[in-house]
Amino acid sequence: MCLGIPGKILNKYERGGLCYGQVDFGGISKEICLAYVPDAQPGEYVIVHVGFAISRLDETEAMEQLALIREIDGLEEAAGQDVQTTEKDT
Amino acid sequence: MKFLAEYRDTAAVRHWLSELQARITRPWTVMEICGGQTHSFLRFGLDELLPREIGLVHGPGCPVCVTPVELIDKAVAIASRPDVILCSFGDMLRVPGTRDDLFRVKSRGGDVRIVYSPLDAVELAKRHVDRDVVFFAVGFETTAPANAMAVLQAAEAGLKNFSVLVAHVRVPPAIEAILSSPQNCVQGFLAAGHVCTIMGTQEYDRLAERYHTPIVVTGFEPADLFQGLAMCVAQLESGQAHVEIQYSRSVRPEGNMVARSHIEKVFRIVDRKWRGIGVIPQSGLALRDEFREFDAEQRFATSDITAEESPECMAGDVLQGHVKPTACPAFGTRCTPEHPLGAPMVSSEGACAAYYRYRRQGAS
Repeated sequence: MCLGIPGKILNKYERGGLCYGQVDFGGISKEICLAYVPDAQPGEYVIVHVGFAISRLDETEAMEQLALIREIDGLEEAAGQDVQTTEKDT
Repeated sequence: MKFLAEYRDTAAVRHWLSELQARITRPWTVMEICGGQTHSFLRFGLDELLPREIGLVHGPGCPVCVTPVELIDKAVAIASRPDVILCSFGDMLRVPGTRDDLFRVKSRGGDVRIVYSPLDAVELAKRHVDRDVVFFAVGFETTAPANAMAVLQAAEAGLKNFSVLVAHVRVPPAIEAILSSPQNCVQGFLAAGHVCTIMGTQEYDRLAERYHTPIVVTGFEPADLFQGLAMCVAQLESGQAHVEIQYSRSVRPEGNMVARSHIEKVFRIVDRKWRGIGVIPQSGLALRDEFREFDAEQRFATSDITAEESPECMAGDVLQGHVKPTACPAFGTRCTPEHPLGAPMVSSEGACAAYYRYRRQGAS
């Protein structure tokens, strides 16, 4: 019920006094209400729930978290621990 | 898909699992609040990778599951009227009421429609001015801004044929009900990432402090869940109890202020009955008086309903984390997604549905 899916804003426009945009979900795009993320711009990622964008995804925050994992795992690897190769989930 | 694949990446998941294993030295019971998180644990088989010291219990975070049977009965009564189009999220249609569910109303010719967004229901009302369009507004704080916007849009358009049957619930009072229960065994919480995306973490600080229980606001992907658990266990092992945000790519401590102001404009906080659990004070939202004309309960006289739950269903115990779904004698036999006794077996977030779908233990 609280399912939220990340998608990329393709454009922004107004209709009936509300801000909308086409949002791309890995190839499928859908009209989404952007009224709750007034500062979000095309090219940015948002979390979408029941037709509404509810947050702008903080790319810096996300990248830092992932970089931290790589750094720590890199240190462990350097220390001679067994680190498995990455399998990408498609 | 960006912002999903990274959090399902094997290396990231292994990293946080090994962090969790390294931090844990003794048994801890942790509850994930949100049904979406429950489904991720089972769907990806994460529960089978957990260190055996972790006792994972599933929480009440499934709005479809906790919507009281009286409100299902009201929706059924309203949807049965020939002048009504009842709109709902798909999950609600198979949830059993006392005698009927919305699917059966539809099969008898009732105009029951599944919508993706509450704004779709407002559009339907604009197109069908001769019919009453009723939207079944179910959900936690995550969904409340969308439903608030539907009401505001209907008010703005001056629609006289649109109303909402409100069944909104709030998470923090439910956490407090669990923590203050004498039967409580939960020592730490993974709070719901999207609820806190809207509401922020303010209401949780008091709970963490008062009940000395760590609360980690967590996302929904495998790496998120293991990181959230690792953070929660680190607090438990060191005797700390505060609120932390794992899902920081979406959650800010203050939440989404624009969305929060819309919720406040349209809804007020009320006591609400949770299916299988009972009344939890201050745990629901209802329309403010100025939006009374959009209240389906006011518009359609439905007060003579006497609701009854299936006496066999253990949903209340499942929703509070007292038992696992498979402990129910009816699980997978007399209760299946096709013929459910209770809502957790049909909701896409229900714990019983997750166990049935991904594990099939005890299912015939």
